[in-house]
Amino acid sequence: MKILVCVSKTPETTAKIGFSGTEFNTAGVQFIMNPYDEWYALVRALELKEANGGTVTIINVGPAANDPIIRKGLAIGADDAVRINAEPQSALTAAKYIAEYAKTGGFDLILTGKETIDYNGSEVGGMLAELLDLPYISYATSLDVAGTTATVSRDIEGGTEEVEVSTPVVVSAAKGMAEQRIPNMRGIMMAKRKPLNVVEPGAAADHAKVVAYEMPEGKTAVKMIDPENMDELVRLLHEEAKVI
Amino acid sequence: MILVLADSPNGQLKKGSFEAVTYGKKVADAMGTQCAALVLGSADNAGQLGQYGAAKVIHINNDQLNNFDSQVYTSVIADVAKQLYAKVVIVSHSSAGKSLIGRLAVRLDAGSVAGVNHLPTVDGGFKVKKNVFSGKAIAEYEVSSPVKVLSLMGNSIPVEATGSEVTAESMDVNIPASNVTVKDRKTVAGTVPLPEAELVVSAGRGMKGPENWGIIEELAAELGATTACSRPVADTGWRPHHEHVGQTGVAIRPNLYIAAGISGAIQHLAGVNSSKVIVVINKDPEAPFFKAADYGIVGDLFDVVPRITESLKKYKAANG
Repeated sequence: MKILVCVSKTPETTAKIGFSGTEFNTAGVQFIMNPYDEWYALVRALELKEANGGTVTIINVGPAANDPIIRKGLAIGADDAVRINAEPQSALTAAKYIAEYAKTGGFDLILTGKETIDYNGSEVGGMLAELLDLPYISYATSLDVAGTTATVSRDIEGGTEEVEVSTPVVVSAAKGMAEQRIPNMRGIMMAKRKPLNVVEPGAAADHAKVVAYEMPEGKTAVKMIDPENMDELVRLLHEEAKVI
Repeated sequence: MILVLADSPNGQLKKGSFEAVTYGKKVADAMGTQCAALVLGSADNAGQLGQYGAAKVIHINNDQLNNFDSQVYTSVIADVAKQLYAKVVIVSHSSAGKSLIGRLAVRLDAGSVAGVNHLPTVDGGFKVKKNVFSGKAIAEYEVSSPVKVLSLMGNSIPVEATGSEVTAESMDVNIPASNVTVKDRKTVAGTVPLPEAELVVSAGRGMKGPENWGIIEELAAELGATTACSRPVADTGWRPHHEHVGQTGVAIRPNLYIAAGISGAIQHLAGVNSSKVIVVINKDPEAPFFKAADYGIVGDLFDVVPRITESLKKYKAANG
């Protein structure tokens, strides 16, 4: 079984978010592999490989500065990696670059995280599936593959569903699919020798771009309420905040 | 024409669909056109979407559409969008909508913005805002393609029912065979699912153990709220995972979020900081959550939470 895992680079969860004009201010920001991609999509891919044999390839769209993050994916256990050498401008361009690579790769399973923690779009998986004309199961909390049949649990409005779908298929991974793995020393050493292929991007038309950023309005100072007087809280929630 | 997909999980049109149609109507007004609502699969009274501003309701009531397959849905929605010459296609930012938006963007060769929470501006280019970095910033996108696809974050605009019911009509579309077989479906009965909930009562490690959750459930029942919890609580199995709100759990934006015994780690805040009003109860006056709160109560949650329930009962009794 050939598995492709799409990994994205995001600011670390506690990073301070700021902008210079329409550019994200990266000064002092630590970058990580998007947690949904790493903890759930990549680890589940490795578990499936361990159970069924096959290979796990990770793919990232980004500049050479992303290599340490890609190497971490190799250290966790991926066999090889591909970096499309382009600054990802949008979900659509990233998806087009990945689809261009994936269409000749013969992958049985293409995994993404359910969304990135920076732009929170959850679009790339669906775009990839459409570009490759494949089924797409999003927000999967479990994934098993037997032969050419994938069994997937997915979150739906107010519940969960178990579905079966033939491979090849694109699946986006949510919490529950796997547990985070920490790379060990041996993995880190081996990662240095694993192939990281750099591919130059083709052309990809784009239709949407960020033209401005703003910061949310600051919260007004918290109003402290006497713990003995919850009648006051109820009154404020009704009369001032108007939420009940 | 503006085309809005109205989700009807288990045959029921929900608040998120009424919000999406309300939003679609406002976009249509701004662009000098009309709004059409599309319902796929079984649904009670699709024509009611007229009340929220749909000039036309298309209901394709085919059994095959009762199971959600993003590939089949995309094909049908794109077909309808083309027949109506839709300029903007809007879906809810729901489980279904999130798996459709990317596909639709590719199929319709459209620019897309996922999770919008403001109305677009249409003079001098089509621009629309959404929260990014888990609510820590807002980005404004410009969409330049002739057709645009948006998904609307829940609880972003109030539902407006100022129109009147219309008669739903069908449309001839090609429904391709599905590659996805639904084997089993489990729904959590009774409560409003967290992403749709307007009122949420949440608790954390300060509860000391799962056996103490009665006071949280009583407060939630009194308010008509949905219960939630912090990550450590879900990870230790005190509460089910679907209750976990935060960066790696469910991100929510209710009107009221009451947090008891949650310190307010940055990853938790990322999932709840778009709530309109936040009430924090913690015995530690230095808990970081107070900085993100609108109302704060320093005290023992085992005293404070039942007191809120009592005050609510009194308030209800006095105000009918």
